[in-house]
Amino acid sequence: MSAMHEPNAQQIIDEKLYRQMGMTDEEFDRAVNMLGRHPNYTETGLFSAMWSEHCSYKSSKPVLRKFPTEGARVLQGPGEGAGIVDIGDNQAVVFKMESHNSPSAIEPFIGAATGAGGVLRDVFSMGARPVALVNSLRFGDLTDARDRYLFEEAVAGIASYGNTIGIPTVAGEVQFDNCYSKRPLVNAMAVGLLNHEDIQKGIASGVGNSIIYAGATTGRDGIHGATMSSAEVSVEKEGELPVMQAGDPFLEKLLMEACLELVKSDALIGIQDMGAAGLTSSAAEMASKAGYGVEMNLNLVPQREEGMTAYEMMLSESQERMLIVVKKGREQEVIDLFSSYTINAVVVGRVTDDKMLRLLHKGEVVAEVSADALAEDSPVYDKKSEEPAYFKEFQAAEMTEPVVDDLHATLKELLQRPTIASKEWIYNQFDTQARSNTVIAPGSSAGVIRVSGTTKGLAMTADCNSRFVYLDPETGGKIAVAEAARNLICSGAEPIAVTDCLNFGSADKPEVFWQFEKSAEGISEACLKLNAPVISGNVSLSNEVDGVPVYPTPTIGMVGIVHDLSHVTTTEFKNAGDVLYVIGEASLDFGGSELQQMTEGKISGRAPVIDLDVEAVRQKELLTAIQTGIVQSATDLSEGGLAVALCEKAFGAKGLGAGVTVSGSPVTALFSETQSRFLVSVKEGDAEAFEKTVTDAIKIGVVTESDSIVINGDEGTLIDGTVTELHAAWKGAIQCLLNSEG
Amino acid sequence: MKFAILVFPGAGCDVDLFHAVKNVLGYEAEYVWHTESGLERFDAVLIPTGATYGDYLRPGALAKSSQIIDSLKAFANSGKPVLGVGNGFQILAEIGLLPGAFLRNKGLKFRSGNTKIVVDNTNTQFTADYQKGQELTIPFAHEFGNYYVDEDTVAELKQTDRIVFTYADGNSDGSTASIAGVVNEQGNVLGMMPLPERAVEEIIGGTDGLPLFNSILKNWSENNVCHA
Repeated sequence: MSAMHEPNAQQIIDEKLYRQMGMTDEEFDRAVNMLGRHPNYTETGLFSAMWSEHCSYKSSKPVLRKFPTEGARVLQGPGEGAGIVDIGDNQAVVFKMESHNSPSAIEPFIGAATGAGGVLRDVFSMGARPVALVNSLRFGDLTDARDRYLFEEAVAGIASYGNTIGIPTVAGEVQFDNCYSKRPLVNAMAVGLLNHEDIQKGIASGVGNSIIYAGATTGRDGIHGATMSSAEVSVEKEGELPVMQAGDPFLEKLLMEACLELVKSDALIGIQDMGAAGLTSSAAEMASKAGYGVEMNLNLVPQREEGMTAYEMMLSESQERMLIVVKKGREQEVIDLFSSYTINAVVVGRVTDDKMLRLLHKGEVVAEVSADALAEDSPVYDKKSEEPAYFKEFQAAEMTEPVVDDLHATLKELLQRPTIASKEWIYNQFDTQARSNTVIAPGSSAGVIRVSGTTKGLAMTADCNSRFVYLDPETGGKIAVAEAARNLICSGAEPIAVTDCLNFGSADKPEVFWQFEKSAEGISEACLKLNAPVISGNVSLSNEVDGVPVYPTPTIGMVGIVHDLSHVTTTEFKNAGDVLYVIGEASLDFGGSELQQMTEGKISGRAPVIDLDVEAVRQKELLTAIQTGIVQSATDLSEGGLAVALCEKAFGAKGLGAGVTVSGSPVTALFSETQSRFLVSVKEGDAEAFEKTVTDAIKIGVVTESDSIVINGDEGTLIDGTVTELHAAWKGAIQCLLNSEG
Repeated sequence: MKFAILVFPGAGCDVDLFHAVKNVLGYEAEYVWHTESGLERFDAVLIPTGATYGDYLRPGALAKSSQIIDSLKAFANSGKPVLGVGNGFQILAEIGLLPGAFLRNKGLKFRSGNTKIVVDNTNTQFTADYQKGQELTIPFAHEFGNYYVDEDTVAELKQTDRIVFTYADGNSDGSTASIAGVVNEQGNVLGMMPLPERAVEEIIGGTDGLPLFNSILKNWSENNVCHA
């Protein structure tokens, strides 16, 4: 649409055109009041994008404020591109997780790829070199062709971006459940490292300093992406969706190297990625954060297409673009720096003192809006929250054990569930070892990379069992945090901070908002208890298909420090003769379990109880044992319970099996998903020291030099299988599902 | 001994080679940007993996037009060692220093992990420290790892003993004759898809790649003692 044909201010009001941009009547009135006049088409676009949920957190802010965000190590909490945590030796780790759910539901390859690209820019815009990627994925159960397509393409998209740019993917998780059918969740997390003096912020300060636009040209792709991501997918409406933005990892690699060189220059004032709402959000936020104004001449913006309007340029979400503020008089050296990486960089404006975002195009002022109004003064909603009827019903339900006829067959079937099965099919597509720092590649509890030049490491993981969150959001939120921490502990790391990616249905539904509030409460409590403050995050609402929300999925990305690489511990058995301990006893916890879903086709009842005091003590004791060097292998018990964990420990080891004895009801002992439990192997000579360190450890058996997994109960053998047979079932299950038809 | 590590736009794993040569093995190493020319001051040239030019058109095809390529050819003709790994091997094939071309992996997907390869020829300056028939575990990561040469070329490669490494675990990507690494006629240019620079430390990928770098050094030392 050319500017000539754009509706005028009166038409916007008369025809309520702001509604098409996702604004309510009240929001439009609020914008009119702030502006003191009626906004033109471009200005309406600025408000609508900046006041979208994606940019403003208008519905989620009151809840997010409850998160603990401070801690001795925290150098930068939420509010910048990514959070920053001190790791000693003048170094810090920078990380952030972001969702790219809506784009991935439409064009899974480029949607997932640009998700990885965007979160990497968030990290290097802070001045940090990205060193690892993590992902968290949710899809339908792969019985539907569309879901198989979404899954295959999203994985290939993430792989393509990460592999091409040369950053290893070291950890990830995926859950398959039909609540995500046609509405996948694609969350990408990037982790970077920097020296303290290189920390950058997205600020535009110093009157007269220059605004430089660097990177890809601006096209008509992704216009109103921020607004779209705040809307649900309706399969019939596909024709109305905007043109998707595509990624170019090669360009991003060059842009990244140029930016990382630029952060060493004292010409740099501020730098920010043009992410959601592109040029609008970066310019408005940088001005607002610094307390200054920004004036840009849009004629100077490098454009991919002819005849672009101010509205289109400001709302475009073309990828691989950065907005940079440099000292007046230093522009040419910065432009030359980018040019040496073949990156286009041009001066497009300057910093002013009037706190306005002012846009010029073709010699006219086409927009003049307070930067604070856009970036800070969005409406904030106290959304209606209402406990859903199902919750009471589930809480009142009697705890039952799923009916199982054949324990061995059930174990084998559980191992073939895609959520439990080997994720090799996924992570074999990722370059997990690029940059030569990967100590633990995907396939263990967490990924671990070495901090180059030190004896330290960083462990990272992403976790969320959304079935538990659905049944009981507060408990499920706690479990998500606790499970992430368990995965780090089992790898030999001390958890230090959290990034979250809160994926929910529409916040306009009181039941969904209740899930959101409750799970945030649970997350907060667990983060406090486990000393892992929230330093960055992302909210993705409206994850619904045809009005049905996905399970509430507050994904927790967590990073921990491995204080010495000799502490690094993995899942698989190490030596025959090692003693096997389970930490914590099993109880009747099948609400939301994999076994319940498998045997009953749905989930119901109460989520497993979690006592955060018990959790904290067990984690601390186990980490101490690991750091003392007396633990050979460790894993937490999660989906599928003890029997599955035991198998996984044998699968990674060559020629080792196990013989264990459990007591109580066989189904509960084998498959219950009781919380705060671990399975650990210890050398016989260290058994006494281990028992002294870890209070709740129960000796259950030994690692054997054999191909067999034998589990005995009170009244005889429960499971007697070969590692070979069980391993084959587990290893090939996802490929097998992808080969299916229907 | 001084190593050059060529850096083309987009190649992410120059750091892997630099780390292996400089930090682990303790040799001199220097990055050489693709716009430079003249490699005479170096004793060996390493071409890293990654995705030069985003692998656009086809892997290695765009790097072929870089300014440094003429210097690289001259360096190779001088008889000094040139090693291209992963994308570096693809570039060596594109510029004609090594035979063959690369197709997409047989399974059509990017694959990474550890692969087992066998040392078929220890009479090269890259493999003297290995035993013939020795099995190595080496990381790999590629989408176009399916090495293709025609029948005549395979016969010639076999006859002249230029196949240095072959896959020993199923050749999953479909390379002709399971070839994982080949040398040129002179024997001073080696291309291989597995990534030995990622196997030089116990904590990262094992140490099966170490003898390759040590072989290069040993050969250089012997020659330089001779010429002294």
